[in-house]
Amino acid sequence: MQNLIKQRFYKVIPHQVDFCSLRYLEERSEKLLVRKNVAEPPLSRHDVGVMLTVIDKGGLGYAATSDLSESGLREAMRRAQLWAKREKTVINFSKVAMPQERGSYQSVLEKPWNSLSIADKLDLLHSESAQCYLNDKIVDWQTSLWFLQTEQLYLTHEGGEIRQSHQYLIPEIRVIANQGVNTQYRTFSESTYGRQGGLEILDHTGFVGKGQQLAEEALQLLAAPNCPSECMDIMLAPDQMILQIHESIGHPLELDRILGDERNYAGTSFVTLDMFGTYQYGSPLLNVTFDPTLPEQLASYGFDDEGLPAEKTYIIREGVLKTPLGGVMSQARTGLSGVANARAMSWNRPPIDRMANLNVEQGNSTLDEMIASIERGIFMKTNLSWSIDDSRNKFQFGCEWGQLIEKGELTQVVKNPNYRGISATFWRNLKKVGNQETFEVLGVPYCGKGEPNQIIRVGHASPVCLFTDVDVFGGV
Amino acid sequence: MQDYFYALADFMDKQLQDDEVYLCELTAEQSEFVRFNQGHIRQPGSVEQRYLEIDLIKKQCCVTGQLALSGSMHTDHERVATLFSELRDKLQHLQDDPYLFYATEVHSTESIGTNQLPAEALTEIVSSVQAHDFVGIYASGGIFTGFANSLGQRNWHSSYNFNLDWSFYHSKDKAVKSAYAGCHWETPIFQDKITQALAQLEILKRKPHTITPGPYRVYLSPTALYEILQLLSWDGFGLKAQRTKASALLKMLETPAQHLHSSVTLTENTAQGIAPAFQSDGFIRPAQVPLISQGVYDSALVSPRSAKEYGVKTNGANDEETPLSFDLAAGDFQKADILKTLDTGIYINNLWYLNYSDRAACRMTGMTRFATFWVEKGEIVAPLNVMRFDETLYNILGDKLIALTKEREFIIETDTYEKRSTGSAQLPGALVEDFSFTL
Repeated sequence: MQNLIKQRFYKVIPHQVDFCSLRYLEERSEKLLVRKNVAEPPLSRHDVGVMLTVIDKGGLGYAATSDLSESGLREAMRRAQLWAKREKTVINFSKVAMPQERGSYQSVLEKPWNSLSIADKLDLLHSESAQCYLNDKIVDWQTSLWFLQTEQLYLTHEGGEIRQSHQYLIPEIRVIANQGVNTQYRTFSESTYGRQGGLEILDHTGFVGKGQQLAEEALQLLAAPNCPSECMDIMLAPDQMILQIHESIGHPLELDRILGDERNYAGTSFVTLDMFGTYQYGSPLLNVTFDPTLPEQLASYGFDDEGLPAEKTYIIREGVLKTPLGGVMSQARTGLSGVANARAMSWNRPPIDRMANLNVEQGNSTLDEMIASIERGIFMKTNLSWSIDDSRNKFQFGCEWGQLIEKGELTQVVKNPNYRGISATFWRNLKKVGNQETFEVLGVPYCGKGEPNQIIRVGHASPVCLFTDVDVFGGV
Repeated sequence: MQDYFYALADFMDKQLQDDEVYLCELTAEQSEFVRFNQGHIRQPGSVEQRYLEIDLIKKQCCVTGQLALSGSMHTDHERVATLFSELRDKLQHLQDDPYLFYATEVHSTESIGTNQLPAEALTEIVSSVQAHDFVGIYASGGIFTGFANSLGQRNWHSSYNFNLDWSFYHSKDKAVKSAYAGCHWETPIFQDKITQALAQLEILKRKPHTITPGPYRVYLSPTALYEILQLLSWDGFGLKAQRTKASALLKMLETPAQHLHSSVTLTENTAQGIAPAFQSDGFIRPAQVPLISQGVYDSALVSPRSAKEYGVKTNGANDEETPLSFDLAAGDFQKADILKTLDTGIYINNLWYLNYSDRAACRMTGMTRFATFWVEKGEIVAPLNVMRFDETLYNILGDKLIALTKEREFIIETDTYEKRSTGSAQLPGALVEDFSFTL
């Protein structure tokens, strides 16, 4: 199909435009879900379409269609050209040097999705589901596998040609325990454990056997006291760190937010253009990278959706803000160097600045050393609640699991743990960064942003991290 | 589009074997999206998309497939036939689904919208805003939803609307948000909204006021209240969430004495909304479903699957059991008296990024955003620097609710994730005492 699309694109390229491109995306997915030991109808999806983009005489326009015939592409090209004729644009788009790269990228795969039959995969989910029910206080539980496969083709009028192929597996186990007006959750969440690859991800993430563990932990939480309210040290597990990175480092550093594109919806940023190169974002222990090179991570790729080659880049080094998250367009608008992060959720949405993989690099502390260093603190894991202001400064996050740390030892489990703070000061209170043994590669399939709205897959990897003087509190 | 879908349904009728049944839903749109920043065009474009979801059912087994249609009948026949074949292969491996439930009585309906969309609204928008720091999106075009099944039911709903969702910025995070949505563009209405927003923008130029955390009397505009109801709609009103104790209304459900203020009557009002009155299993939604009546929990939204699982009747809710057409009854408080009654407090036009601090207690947190004002002695004094609140619904719309306004606003959802939303809400504003700010 891709070669046919290529032939048709070259037939419909208009004469005398400054730039035009075609972005083809085909995505197939399948989701299997067993809830309370009953398999729900399997869901498969096949989506395919193209977006044509034209830049001409300073204007830019796009048109997206699922009609892949030559006439369909020709009509879409005509509409994109019409949009490009609109004046009063934010910049002269014709002055932007659009990439014209050639290359390819392919996910690394060990166990293909279809190496197990649908019956075998459902058996696996049934088996894990059966482990979740321990007693009548476990009121709901479900297990699921979500597989996605994408094929992308990006062509430009001057011979740019990029082919990329990705496969993802996103597993989930979710358990709810209840007693009266007390409800507690434990999840092996699809918002956390998605990776690139195949069924080997189940082995790498420890999916099998997780159901019973989560159910036991949910019952523990049900019997636990509320998290205390006080200012204390807080040690965050990687499955909470990813949310902390995402909301209070990732979004504020997106160049399109800093440029104001998102102010009507996702918001602005407390970060300004003059901060890059000098601003002390965090303590000297903080090292953050844009890293598309980890093969298993959710947003690893060779090129972004405007054809820019992706490479590992330090965003924050030893606590100092270095590089913004901005693609070709944002780089041209600001004169700053950026990264290859212009991405679109599908063929029917235009590329905007997104996070891709944004990781906190590992440090030197062992988990035991971190715990031993805490006089009074709390260990929190698994994100449950998230909220942050539109400048990405005042945040409040909640976790499923809390465990107090007293005089250097993990002690009482507590329920409903929350904490709040301000991005600009929180990261400067980073006291210890965990080593390789505490490091996990995780990912989030649902990052929302943009007008029109877009959901996209992003990756975050992090070790366990320790912060001082954080405002912690519990439930009602 | 309707003829195309029905012709495709006729084709699907011929794909069935033995005692198979199919249900299918079309969701399609022809949209224009124009994005603005600083009064100029940032990203303009068109999107034409058509998605078909097919449930293939044999006895008590079901499998679901979604595909993108091309719009060419020959190509789409091939795609649909291939999907039927794939679904049929999967059916062989499935066990009976005890909660499978779909409409078997035929209720065909038709609601056809008229295209009165303006040809040149964009020119008027650009000329009206280019001198200001204007940011937002203009979305417009046709939205089409169809349902068909092999029992002969056919349903169609089409509408053509526009939704200009925008902000005027003063500096940093100080901005006024507004929206103009409808089916028929009227220049005087648009210009009036521009004028009102610019007037509020003048207030934002004053030195901002910062408050210390604590309880304050507040006015929540209908738009701010909508943010609270949207959070509640996430597992709040569905039967499954209620039976699995995940509902944020758990305390109301488990504790008879726990209720909201007697002036709170909340309804899923399909008759007054803009969403289709049918759903993907072929059931027709009732005109109204009372969710909370005079402060007391009334009924849940029940999807067909939950109906079967819990042995109750469905009311045509979607799979997620979320409201699509909120209706909060008006109160008796005059909007003109808001500032006077607020006396000293906070006028909140918009809330942002709500989530739960303690879901079981329906305790929520979120931020003020856009034009939020500090009020003293019944007069707006200054814009307020953003604040985080943390409060329970049982205070906001319960013990601490002073009044709901007599006037209500009709809000059309601006959500465009995957497709343009057909959600809406008709809401009053709310005066609330001791609303807690924390950061």
